Amino acid sequence: MLKDDTDKGIGLEVIPSIAATHRLQWEEAQNCHVILYPEGMVKLSPSSAEILQLCDGRKKIKMIVNELQEKFTETDLENDILNFLEVAHSNGWIRTK
Amino acid sequence: MAGSEQNKIPQPLWLLAELTYACPLQCPYCSNPVEMASVKNELSTGDWLRVLREARKMGATQLGFSGGEPLTRIDLEELITEARQLGFYTNLITSGIGMDEKRIKAFKQAGLDHIQVSFQASSEELNNFIAGTNTFEHKKEMAHLVKKYGYPMVLCFVLHRKNEDQVKDILELSIALEADYVELATTQYYGWAYHNREQLLPTKSQLANAEKIAKEYQKKMEGKMKIYYVIPDYFEDRPKKCMDGWGNVFLTISPDGTALPCHAARQLPGLEFPNVRDHDIEWIWNESPDFNKFRGTSWMKEPCKSCDEKHKDLGGCRCQAYMLTGDATNADPVCGKSEFHEELHSDVDRIGKLAGDEKFEAKPLVFRNMKNSKNFTAKKTPETV
Repeated sequence: MLKDDTDKGIGLEVIPSIAATHRLQWEEAQNCHVILYPEGMVKLSPSSAEILQLCDGRKKIKMIVNELQEKFTETDLENDILNFLEVAHSNGWIRTK
Repeated sequence: MAGSEQNKIPQPLWLLAELTYACPLQCPYCSNPVEMASVKNELSTGDWLRVLREARKMGATQLGFSGGEPLTRIDLEELITEARQLGFYTNLITSGIGMDEKRIKAFKQAGLDHIQVSFQASSEELNNFIAGTNTFEHKKEMAHLVKKYGYPMVLCFVLHRKNEDQVKDILELSIALEADYVELATTQYYGWAYHNREQLLPTKSQLANAEKIAKEYQKKMEGKMKIYYVIPDYFEDRPKKCMDGWGNVFLTISPDGTALPCHAARQLPGLEFPNVRDHDIEWIWNESPDFNKFRGTSWMKEPCKSCDEKHKDLGGCRCQAYMLTGDATNADPVCGKSEFHEELHSDVDRIGKLAGDEKFEAKPLVFRNMKNSKNFTAKKTPETV
């Protein structure tokens, strides 16, 4: 099963990781990051790739928000990041604990 | 060049490596050519390693190891290792026959990403009948092991009149086996399936029922198990964008090294198709006349040429156009604008009316095996049991 009942959904306190069924990878020929899964591929925008690269199974989402706000010297990324992670989660690219 | 209206030739993102036509199963809808017995001279390990490197350099990302049954190649572990190191997402498309725990473990170590296991039905009796072998229990064992070793698992069921009514049981079996994805693959009427289409084509009421159940389960299993279900295009009025376009995404390399834009294209007359023994993948994809022949839209004639949907469906399937009209440059007869459309639908209706009739159903299937293939090649009537 793609997702079991232990998945915590999306919120600032949960820890996301790339789903075991998926792989995040840089594609030289596409000049972008991609998500790979059985018989499929999705090309990622640079900002989506920045977020997913931090979904390492160790950081809470609020830490990811802080890290990206610092890196890009922004203060209002929280909603954008949560919205994107909702999409990533519902597509099965990430799971959370 | 035929694709000249496109600014740039796209990349072959999908490489299908048909490693062999050898297979212990005899499914009567197999997509391999009926003339497969005349294809000799399988590519060597070295040839395949070169093909993998060249295709990866061209931008290929998804790699399917297929066949025949790819497990019959003893160099599969070596090919997976190289493919994974090159950065491919590696899919093994298998019947599960020829697999055991030791091999599943070795594939994991080699870096295999995903295993797709085919089943022929949800019941042992029908599964073994369609496969022409006693394989059901072994397949279930293999599915358990695929999950045990942490692979994402796709279960593939090819649907036709004889198992279309099992869709509910098929989905329950998939849940019990903890599949991540289920492909309720509609039979594609090429090769063996085309020859057996009278015995395989489902009825409209079967399809309506199967679709309803598939949708129920899609909702019920949302987020847990992804279910793919597609209506067979013989029942439609708009053609599919076959292979996502000729020479657009897919590159098939068949067991003897013949490169094809799709695995059914070998049958098309007037095309030679390049071989990886003679040319590199870059030339084959970008320069070869055959890969450019139906690329884009400039090859089209009416009714496709002036059709406002021509970029959407690219005229449908070239092989289907050839098989059903005798001319590969015609519109796919699935299209309501094709002059052959009525003929196709009345044939579908004819079969639908005969389905269930005892005498009609008693006509035996021609199973996919080398003996029947040799008979096809010799233009003899294939053995039907």
